[in-house]
Amino acid sequence: MAEVHIRKVVKKYDEVLAVRGIDLDIRDHEFVVLVGPSGCGKTTTLRMIAGLEDITDGEIAIGGDVVNDVPPKDRDIAMVFQNYALYPHMTVHENMSFGLRLKKFPKDEINRRVDEAARILDITELLDRKPKQLSGGQRQRVAMGRAIVRNPKVFLFDEPLSNLDAKLRVQMRIEIKKVHQKARTTTVYVTHDQVEAMTLADRVVVMNNGIIEQGGTPNELYHHPKTRFVAGAIGSPAMNFIPCKLQDEGGQLKLRINDGLALPIPPARAGQYGQHKGNGSVLLGLRPEHLTDARSQLDPGVVAFDANLEVTEPMGMETLVYFPINGETVCGRVNPAAGAKDGAPLKMAADLNQMHLIDAKSGLVL
Amino acid sequence: MVDATMKSDAAVARGRQSSSLQRTFQRKSTIAFLMTLPLILLIAVLVIYPAFYAVHLATLNKTMERYVGFSNFLFLFKRETFWMVVWQSCIFAITAVIFKAIIGFIVAHLVHNIPSKGQRKWRGMLLIPWVIPPAMSTLAWLWLFDPSYSAFNWIFERVGISPIPWLGDVYWARFCVILVNVWIGAPFFMIMYLAALKSVPEQLYEAAKIDGANWWQTMRFVTIPMMRNIIAITALFSTIVTFANFDIVRVLTRGDPLDQTHVFATWAFRVGIEGGDIPLGASVSLFMVPILTIGAIFILRDIVKRGNEA
Amino acid sequence: MTAAASTGAVAVHPKYGSMSSDRRWALRWSYFFLILFAIFFLTPPVYMLITSLKTSQEISAITNPWWVYNPTLDNYRELLTSNQYLRFFLNSSIVSVSVVTITMLISVPAAFALSRMKFWGSTLLGTGVFLTYLIPETLLFIPLFKMMAVFNDLTGISLINKWWVLLILYPTLTVPFCTWIMIGYFASIPKELDEAALIDGATWTQTLTKIFIPVALPGLIAATIFAFTVSWAQFLYPLAFTTSESQLVLPVGIITTLIKGDVFNWGQIMTGALLGAAPPLIIYAFLMDYYIAGLTAGATKG
Repeated sequence: MAEVHIRKVVKKYDEVLAVRGIDLDIRDHEFVVLVGPSGCGKTTTLRMIAGLEDITDGEIAIGGDVVNDVPPKDRDIAMVFQNYALYPHMTVHENMSFGLRLKKFPKDEINRRVDEAARILDITELLDRKPKQLSGGQRQRVAMGRAIVRNPKVFLFDEPLSNLDAKLRVQMRIEIKKVHQKARTTTVYVTHDQVEAMTLADRVVVMNNGIIEQGGTPNELYHHPKTRFVAGAIGSPAMNFIPCKLQDEGGQLKLRINDGLALPIPPARAGQYGQHKGNGSVLLGLRPEHLTDARSQLDPGVVAFDANLEVTEPMGMETLVYFPINGETVCGRVNPAAGAKDGAPLKMAADLNQMHLIDAKSGLVL
Repeated sequence: MVDATMKSDAAVARGRQSSSLQRTFQRKSTIAFLMTLPLILLIAVLVIYPAFYAVHLATLNKTMERYVGFSNFLFLFKRETFWMVVWQSCIFAITAVIFKAIIGFIVAHLVHNIPSKGQRKWRGMLLIPWVIPPAMSTLAWLWLFDPSYSAFNWIFERVGISPIPWLGDVYWARFCVILVNVWIGAPFFMIMYLAALKSVPEQLYEAAKIDGANWWQTMRFVTIPMMRNIIAITALFSTIVTFANFDIVRVLTRGDPLDQTHVFATWAFRVGIEGGDIPLGASVSLFMVPILTIGAIFILRDIVKRGNEA
Repeated sequence: MTAAASTGAVAVHPKYGSMSSDRRWALRWSYFFLILFAIFFLTPPVYMLITSLKTSQEISAITNPWWVYNPTLDNYRELLTSNQYLRFFLNSSIVSVSVVTITMLISVPAAFALSRMKFWGSTLLGTGVFLTYLIPETLLFIPLFKMMAVFNDLTGISLINKWWVLLILYPTLTVPFCTWIMIGYFASIPKELDEAALIDGATWTQTLTKIFIPVALPGLIAATIFAFTVSWAQFLYPLAFTTSESQLVLPVGIITTLIKGDVFNWGQIMTGALLGAAPPLIIYAFLMDYYIAGLTAGATKG
C-alpha cells in the first residue's frame, strides 16, 4: 500500500516526446485510470511507473521513495499485461508463485498466498492447469492472481481487458472492481475504453498528446469537462460539437447556428457566457441525451427545433437519431415511442441547461 | 466512436526503441557481449580466418615457401581436368537442383492431396533418404550400381534390357551421381514445399473455387505465388549445398572414371589432401566462391526483405 | 413445393456424384504415384537391409538379389563383436554428443543475447551468423588442414589424426544454424514475458534458464537434433583430419576399413552402414515433428 507521486515526468524516444512533463499524485488505496487515445503516453507512463521504461526527466516516487533508478523487481509493484504474459510452460500455481519462489519465500507461505488469491478470483480448481488450457477470462484471472499474491504496494494494469470479448469484458470489469474493494491496493489502470475508465475509477485521468488534459472523478469529468478533448472523450455516444456564434440578439444572448436557427441561452447561464460574446466562433457542446424528441410542454431552457433525420438506430430502451446541423452530423437520443424514422422529419428539443460552450481556438470549455 | 480512435498505444510505445528494459540491457551489454563471445571467436577463428587464409594459400607454391601470385590459377586454367570439373560441377548442381525441385514439388502435392490423417505417415516415410547420413546411403547406391552384382541390372536382365555399366561409363556415372543427389535432396524439397502448401490459407482456395478457377488456374494464381518465397529460398539453399557437395561423388565414384565425375570439392580434396598440393587444392576450392556468393546475396536479400516486413 | 424440391434434388444429385468420383480418382492416382515415389525413396535402405541379412556366399551367388533365401544375422554378430567397428561407433557417439553439448553451450546464450539484449553490432552479428551457415565445409577444410599443421609447428601439439579435433571442427557446421534458429524461436517469445519475469524479480540468467529455455524447448530440441545428425553424418572433416583406425568415426571407418582394396565385403558394409544410419533414424522416428520443425525453421523463421 502506498501513494505514487509523478513529478514533471518527461519521456523522450530519440527526438520524439511521448510524455511531456506530467504531474500526478495518486493517493493510497486509490484506483486511478489513465485513459486516452493511441499514442497519448498513458502506457508509457504506466511502464515508467513499473520501471520498464527509463524516465527521461522528472521523478517518480512510490511510497515516498524516488524509484527512478530502482529496477522493476525492487519497486514492489505488480503488473497485469494486455496479453496476460503468462509463462506458458508453468501451471497456474507455478505462474502465480514464480515471483515468490524467486524471492525464496517459505513454501507454506507461498501456498497460503496462492490459495488465498485463487479463492478471491475463483480459480482454485484451475491451479494445476497450463495457460493453454484456459479461456481468455480465466487467463485474465490468473494474470491478476499473479499480481495479487505478490501483495505489492501498487497494482499496474496495462489494458488488461482489451483482448476479451465484450461480454467477458463487462464481467471482468466487475471482478477487478471487487478485487480492489477487497485488497484496497493502490492501482494504476491504463485503458483506451472510456466506459471501462468511468466504471472502474475513483479518479479518471484523461491524457492526450503526452500531457494530462484533466483528472477527476468520473462524474466531474462527465459533467464538467475542462477541454473539448475531455468533453469528446468521455461519454458514449460522444458529445456533439456544433459550430456557432455567440451573439447578442435583441438584448438576449443567443447561439446563432445558421440563418434559420438561433438558440437562446438560458438566463442562468447568460452571466457565465456574457463576457465571451462576439469573440469569433465557439462550439456548442451538447451530449446526445440532451437532444431529445420535443414534448408538448417545454421546460425552461429547452429549445425545440425541426430536424431531418438521416439515420436512426433503435437500441431498445432508446433510439439514437442522426441528423445534420450546418453540415455536421449530430446525434440525439429519443424515446422509442417518438416515431423516429430514417429520412423523416422530427421535432427535436435541445436542453441548453446542460450545454457546454467551447472556445474553438483554444479548445477550452468556457 | 471514441473507442475507434483510441486504439491501444501500447503498440506505439513498443514500436519505439528504447525502454528501461533496454537500459538494463545496456548496462548489461558487457554480459551480452560475453554471451556471444564464444560464437564470435568460433566464427572468427574457424570460419572467417580460414576463408581468407585459403586466399593466401592459393598464392603460394606447392611447398608453401614462395609467393607465386596467380600462377596456381593460371596453371589450373591450362588443365583440361579443371575445365571438366567446372563443367561437371555446374551440370551436376543445376540438373540435380532442378530435378529435386520438380520431384519435391510433385511429391509435396501428392502428400497434400491425400486425407490429412495419412499424411504424417507418408511424409515420415518419404523423408527417410534425407535422414540417413549421405555417406551411408551412397554406399547402398554403390552396391546397387555394382559392376557385377548390380541389383538393377538383374531386373533389367529379366525384362530383356542389356545391363548398364552404371559407374563404368562416363555419362552413366554422371547420371548416377546426379540420381543419388536427387534421391537424397528431393525429400528436403518435399518437406519445405509441404510446409509452404500448409501455410496457404484454405479460404484462398475456396475463394478461387467460387471465382471459377480450374485446377491449373488455382495452381498458377494461388498456390505458386503463395509458395514463391519458399520455392526460391529452398532452391538457393540447395544450389549452394549441391554445388559444394563432397560425400556423394567421393563415395560413389571418387571422381572416376578418369576424373570425369569430379566436382570442385572432391577434386580439391584429391589435389590438396591426397596429392599434398595444398595451395592448388585451395585454389580449386576457391572457385566455388562466386556461385556461393551469388546464392548468399539472393538469400540475404530475401531475409532482409522479410525482416523489414515483419 | 415438394415436387419442385425433389426435382431439384434429382438435377443436382448426379453432379455431386461425379464430383466425388473425380475426387476419388484423384485420390487413387495420388496414392499410386506416392507408392511409386516411396519405392524410389525406400529402395536403397531396404536393399541395405536385404543384403545385410545375407551370407557372402549368397551375395556372390547368381540368385535373385532382391530376396534373402538363407537369412542370417552373422553380419550383425560379427560387426557388433568387432572391436574395430565398436570403436568407430563409440568415437562417433562421443564426438556427436560432445558436439551437441558444445553447440548448445555456445548457441543458446548467443541467441538469447542477440534476440533480446540489443548491443552494438548485434544485428550485424545476427546476419553474419546466418551467412556463416552458408559457407560450406568444402571451402574450409584445406585452410583448416594447413592451420592445424602450422599450429603443430608453433606449439608442438598435433591436432591431425586425433578424434577430438572433430570437436573443434564440427561446431563450425552446427553453431551458426543452431544459433540462427534459436534466435528465431527466442524472437517469437512475446516481450511481455520477459517484462513479467523482470517484474517478478528474475535476473538475466534466470530469465534465460527459467523462462526462455523452457518456452523455446521445441526449438531447443530441433536444434539439438540438427546438431546431432550433422555431427553423426559428417564425412569430409574426419576423412581429411583422421587416418588411424583408432581415431576414425563411423562413416569414414566403414568406407576405409570394410572396403579393402578391391575386395568388397558387401554384407558387412551394408550392415555397418545400416547400423551407422540407425541412430539418426531412431531419433527421427521418435522426434519426427521436432526434426521437421528444425528443417523448415531455416527458411520459414527469421
